[in-house]
Amino acid sequence: MSTGIQIILLVFLIVCALAVSFTKNLFIAVIVFMGYSSIMAVIWLLLESPDLAITEAAVGAGVDSVLFFLTLKKVHYLKGTREG
Amino acid sequence: MGEKKSVWEHLKAWVDGEEVILDADKYIVNRSKREKKNWRRNFSMEYIRGNVKLYRFLSIAISVLFIGIMLSVVNDLPEFGNPANPADNEVMERYLESGIEETGATNFVAGMILDYRAFDTFGEANVLFLAVMCVVLLLKKDQKNYSAKEEQENREDDFFDENEKRPILQIGGKLLAPLIILYGIYVILNGHLSPGGGFSGGTIIGAGLILYASAYGQKKMQTFFTFRTFTLICVGGLLTYCACKSYSFFTGANHVGFEIPKGIPGHILSAGFILPLNICVGLIVACTMYGFYALFTKGDI
Repeated sequence: MSTGIQIILLVFLIVCALAVSFTKNLFIAVIVFMGYSSIMAVIWLLLESPDLAITEAAVGAGVDSVLFFLTLKKVHYLKGTREG
Repeated sequence: MGEKKSVWEHLKAWVDGEEVILDADKYIVNRSKREKKNWRRNFSMEYIRGNVKLYRFLSIAISVLFIGIMLSVVNDLPEFGNPANPADNEVMERYLESGIEETGATNFVAGMILDYRAFDTFGEANVLFLAVMCVVLLLKKDQKNYSAKEEQENREDDFFDENEKRPILQIGGKLLAPLIILYGIYVILNGHLSPGGGFSGGTIIGAGLILYASAYGQKKMQTFFTFRTFTLICVGGLLTYCACKSYSFFTGANHVGFEIPKGIPGHILSAGFILPLNICVGLIVACTMYGFYALFTKGDI
């Protein structure tokens, strides 16, 4: 059971990693990267390292993507913002 | 003398005495200027764009090369979980056997990174501090890199922050931010008892601060978190860490002399220096995370 879940998660991980590099839209790429980090956090939990899981969820899915969004806003990439 | 000769022919003629510069001033005025080789003109955008096929080939080749190197290295790694691995040596046994006794922490990871290898963690905290200082250098606004247009945009943003109604974000921020920050404080304070510690708890607190700042605007954050508090907390945390660990290293890293009380393992006030060190690291990381956000949005904390 556990190995089945792990295999599904790893397949999702690879699909997310490929999707990040193949999407043209940077906004979608950042959101897929958030998904990648969340899956990675679950995998850390299954590998019995919960402290890494906490850090991955907080940094990878939270703060990192906020910083990416801010950078996209700074270079006027997002629509709906000033001069977007 | 009118036709062009190569340098070697000129030299030969001069040695033979056939050619003498009689009117030097006239020669200097009339001689053709040397053409400077303009590298920048040669590397124009058309030149770079013309080579798309080469770049495609090179990028694919380099990627394949690196993927091959990484896969061959992964192939040579020892099997996951094999008891005969080189990582399963006497160091790990020693940590597991006498870790609780020597550090007083029930969380072995905290005991390792904040007691046995506290110097590495100090370096990591310094790296974070240096990173945020570089962002301050690049993005912090002052009179010289700040135009009137940006000033006006900033004022408009502040106006929107104060007057725009964003009920979902604001009510969510009001309800969630205290809980997130409380959870972060719990993770930091229980760093030596349960999984977690300074880095993870600090990032959670930083995420809570970012949520609050994005809901209520930076003006409201500045009532309790200014650039002054930011620098004070960062530098104070680093100096406290440095002082604690300097004392420890000065006494031979065994806490000889005045021994720090270890307490009973499993209690909240135990494990010697690990709790204060965790608090220092957590404060530095939380300030750094919020500092990144604030500097990226407004260029000011």
